[in-house]
Amino acid sequence: MEIGPNLVLAVLEGALAAAVLTLTAVGLSLVFGVMRVVNVAHGQFFMLGAVLAWTVAHYVGVNPTVGFVAALLVAPLLVGSLAVAADVLVLKRIEYDPENTIVATIGMLYIIQQAALMRFGPDARPVEAPFNHRIAIPWFEYTDKGFSLYWPWGLGTTSYKLAVIGFAILILIALWLFLSRTRAGLIMRATQQDREIAQAFGMPVGRVNALVFGLGAGLAALGAVLIVPIRQAHYLMGDEPLLLSFIVVIIGGLGSLAGTVVAAILIGMSDSIISIFFSPTLAKVVSTLLVAFVLIFRPQGLFGKRA
Amino acid sequence: MAASMKSLVLHAGVVALILALQFVLPEYHHGILARTLVLAIFAMSYNLTFGYTGLLSLGHALFFAAGMYGMGLGVVHLGLPSLAAVVFGVVCAGFVAAVIGFLALRTAGVALMIVTLMFAQAGWYLILYFGKWTRGDEGFVIAREHRQILGIDLADSNARYVVAALVFGAVLIAMLKLVESRFGKVLVAIRENDERARMLGYDVSAYKLGAMVLSGAMAGLAGAAYGIMFGYVGATFASVQYSILPLLWVLLGGAGTVLGPLVGTLFMTYLIDKLSEYTHAYMLFAGLILVLLTLFARQGIMGEVRRRIVSWLP
Repeated sequence: MEIGPNLVLAVLEGALAAAVLTLTAVGLSLVFGVMRVVNVAHGQFFMLGAVLAWTVAHYVGVNPTVGFVAALLVAPLLVGSLAVAADVLVLKRIEYDPENTIVATIGMLYIIQQAALMRFGPDARPVEAPFNHRIAIPWFEYTDKGFSLYWPWGLGTTSYKLAVIGFAILILIALWLFLSRTRAGLIMRATQQDREIAQAFGMPVGRVNALVFGLGAGLAALGAVLIVPIRQAHYLMGDEPLLLSFIVVIIGGLGSLAGTVVAAILIGMSDSIISIFFSPTLAKVVSTLLVAFVLIFRPQGLFGKRA
Repeated sequence: MAASMKSLVLHAGVVALILALQFVLPEYHHGILARTLVLAIFAMSYNLTFGYTGLLSLGHALFFAAGMYGMGLGVVHLGLPSLAAVVFGVVCAGFVAAVIGFLALRTAGVALMIVTLMFAQAGWYLILYFGKWTRGDEGFVIAREHRQILGIDLADSNARYVVAALVFGAVLIAMLKLVESRFGKVLVAIRENDERARMLGYDVSAYKLGAMVLSGAMAGLAGAAYGIMFGYVGATFASVQYSILPLLWVLLGGAGTVLGPLVGTLFMTYLIDKLSEYTHAYMLFAGLILVLLTLFARQGIMGEVRRRIVSWLP
């Protein structure tokens, strides 16, 4: 393929990566913004979503569509509940001390990952997509006879991939409506702005923490359920989303949801486009160094305003 | 007896005990204990920044790997003799720590953790990227003829044990002296309240950087020693797990105690060695211990011993 069709393909794959990354990173950003803690176990909630999706789809059996829809409902809910339990049992007791929370969530990372290895084994497992039509995309060429369209081999996407992008956008809109239009969302935003004043006004700050931690984990799990028909479920699949979400949240500005969305699209797209031209490993070197330098010289993020 | 004399006797006694153990222990334990002692040096290096200076780094794997790769690449590609290669590894690690410390110490707390983690990840990716020289994940073996130092064959398990014990002992006593020195006391003052230390006229940034470079060089010594003693250099040692392990060892053994890193490393190595006979998922217990430590025992084992029994423990 030439450069043009290659680029179109990269943009399509990049949009898919960006959609899933946005859901995952928004979850991490929400937890950081409201609770002011860094959740290192976030990637494992993603992995758990994928693994549970396989489990649910496997036991529901019969029809792939029924299995997938069941997974889409059950997995994020289970992962969210687990996160609420983790918040109440551990994080609340260490009083959300920033450094202790990181150590505790590192512990949770290993507990969840290794428990998945014990229950689920080291094999990657596929989940069948509810629908999966191939959509070929035409490309143009300019010859002596003028413009003509043709269908380059390998240039295309699937209806499922497009549906994932659409669904992710719907979820983000729903989240935005929840945060800006509902009472619970208002309480969350109040807690984010000033925890002590919110508490002084009688806001249930403790319950907000548990809810936000659960919601953040649920969003990661949701992203994972959506991606699992394309990339199989595996117990180590949480490491990469964690790193990418960190990059996104820091570049977008810690705790800024709008910044997170912008950065997720940027990182998701550029990761996929850069990977065609350069080695993916080199792309990772650049992005991790970028995060380090942003934190050192511009801690409010590339898009954030100085606090 | 003065407290400093008592602690010197205690720590020298521990070293003598470790040296004496070789005549009692069965062959199998020589290898695992030698490994533990080298890793305990790594844990002590982490303790210097985390336990004494209060700098929470998640990037010490990079310093360990810098020492290991400095030594390994020095032997294989530069043709350095073994002892010079180890020194070269230590210098590499100290240099990496100086650069990263210079940049990362502008941040503090959670930001410092993330910055050090990101630098370490970048280093790990770089090792994978330059796979032509580093052999990436697969790693490379140091041949037996390159594992001779001053006529001692490090491939021999008895000789290796003695060397590991002596290097460990030297670092342990040096650490004890460092902690009791003026420099060590200033580091503790910075940990307790860095604003106050600054007000008292100490150059806090310089002390932090000093601690970081010293810690990096010690981690590098551990990495270089590990590579040359066990004859293998690989990218796993640069991965994030090797930044988390020293944190676990130090927290478990007792942050800010001289013997804590040894106790934590010893406990975890033997626990993991036993558990791996039963399950592949042995890191599950590392995770559980981390969570339980943050919940119930922030002081770690030696910290509790100091609090309850031996108050003069350094």
